[in-house]
Amino acid sequence: MMRPGRTQEFPQGLAVRPKKSNGQGKMAFWLLLPALVAVFGIVIYPVVRTLVISLFEVNSVMATDTPFVGLGNYEKVLSDAGFWAAIGRTFYFTVTSTVLELVLGLALAGLLNARIRGRWVLRTIVVIPWAVPTIVNAALWKGIFNAQYGALNGILSQLGFQSDYRAWLGSPTAAMNAVIVADVWKTTPLVAFFLLAGLASIPNDIYEAAKLDRASRVRTFFSVTLPLLVPSVSIVLVLRTVEAFKVFDIIYGMTRGGPANGTQTIAYYAYTSAFSDQSYGMGSAISYLIVIVILLLSAVYLRALRRSEMSLL
Amino acid sequence: MTLRKRDSVLLHLAAVFTAVVILVPFLYMVVASISPQSNLISKPPKWIPDHLDWHRYSDMFSGSSAAGSTFKSAMANSVIVACCTVAISMVISIFGAYAFARLEFRGRRMTLMMFLATYMLPQVALLVPMYIILSGFGLLDSKIGLILVDCSLVIPFTLWILSNYFLTVPRDLEDAARVDGCTRVGALFRVILPTAKPGIFAAIMFSFLLAWDEFMYALVFTSSTNSKTVPVAISEFAGRYTTDFGLVAAGGVLAALPPVIIAIVFQRYVVSGMVAGAVKE
Repeated sequence: MMRPGRTQEFPQGLAVRPKKSNGQGKMAFWLLLPALVAVFGIVIYPVVRTLVISLFEVNSVMATDTPFVGLGNYEKVLSDAGFWAAIGRTFYFTVTSTVLELVLGLALAGLLNARIRGRWVLRTIVVIPWAVPTIVNAALWKGIFNAQYGALNGILSQLGFQSDYRAWLGSPTAAMNAVIVADVWKTTPLVAFFLLAGLASIPNDIYEAAKLDRASRVRTFFSVTLPLLVPSVSIVLVLRTVEAFKVFDIIYGMTRGGPANGTQTIAYYAYTSAFSDQSYGMGSAISYLIVIVILLLSAVYLRALRRSEMSLL
Repeated sequence: MTLRKRDSVLLHLAAVFTAVVILVPFLYMVVASISPQSNLISKPPKWIPDHLDWHRYSDMFSGSSAAGSTFKSAMANSVIVACCTVAISMVISIFGAYAFARLEFRGRRMTLMMFLATYMLPQVALLVPMYIILSGFGLLDSKIGLILVDCSLVIPFTLWILSNYFLTVPRDLEDAARVDGCTRVGALFRVILPTAKPGIFAAIMFSFLLAWDEFMYALVFTSSTNSKTVPVAISEFAGRYTTDFGLVAAGGVLAALPPVIIAIVFQRYVVSGMVAGAVKE
């Protein structure tokens, strides 16, 4: 199934390379030059510079007195309880939101793929949360969870589920879960569309065959649909994990890391170290630790992805 | 037969339920934005406003209140920054994507991987050096500076979507055009681009949403109505006018309108754009 795209990648084989690729190489260089300049011209210097800053003690943007501390910043960060707490919260956020989005997204994709009257209406509605800007989404849910006049308190007490208004963003755990709810509402549609694309590429004959074999629908889902969706699910998993691990905007918009640092994720922690505490060396070291974790996660995923593709054959 | 009917009813119920869950929070924001303040702070809540109160919107369109004028300029800044970012990224990516999809050259895989790897960099890791560079070039608090850094964020995405989509355009079409005397670039514009329209629309949509949504760079690199974008303005509202949810909601509705409209219009290309993305890799 997934093979055609792959064979296209090596046209004419490697044998023809020398003469032909020279001309193509030059052309490719010129075609790619603008993209290379626009991306790496802007990104490379900061990437290197941040690595360098992470080895110095830098306490203001224009500081001149910046002693070299080697891995000192990293040592300080790694022995800081606040860092590990932030890592723990980030993992909690990442795992919970990604799992919820994947499960709900799969269900939603199935629904969008089903024979329903007015399916296009549903598809149109589903697109909305994804298009709502993250900061607007954060402000919206901050309003819903508001302790004094929030919609959630209003509806729960009107329906008699609670007598008193609750401060949903008032305790660290509740606030983190509230942020997750907001994130799931916004992101599940995107996950669903991605999985829907995967569903759409499964040929109908396979289902016909399953029907002929009198496989039950549950059985068909687990032994036909799910295995064929593995590539799409894996990509979503990688993308969502990376994104969730970097989470910043929605935290900033909803809770600013509070209460009692309860929603301070690792990117937010790096941001406050660099900008509120004015300690750029530390902030840079934390940033690099985030990069390392993301690279590790991606490597693990990509390996698993490759293995699962093999199992498909 | 009856079993099927029951399933169909259940499916439709599930669809209605899903639509409600998705729509209710958004509708709540819309209603709050036109409710009088007294309704918003009443206990128990008034779900249907006593009368429609449009003053927040009129403030923003006329720019008469402080919040209104901030928001108005933020909206204009966002439109300019997002549109320029999309236009620049699309042009640059179309050429780059053609190279990835059609040309054989050394380091092709490596280059593509490097573009994709930038996605793994957290923005926070680049903030301080970028701040220093932008201030060196006098581009802090300017739309041009913001467009530049946004492009570096958007181009890897558009490159990826377009390369994958160009791969699905049959080579024969292009070969035929070239036999007829088209150059490679001519074939790109006359054959590949028209055939790859869904991919192009998908890329435009994704890049617009990404640029419109960008927050962290705008938060750190902008400071005045010169270049402040809508997400920054909204987060300031939400921080400053904590008791005025109506104002935040009105800003939120206006800020959500452009991306929501674009997403709805281009909705059918989302899946096709992703199908191509999913088949590869």
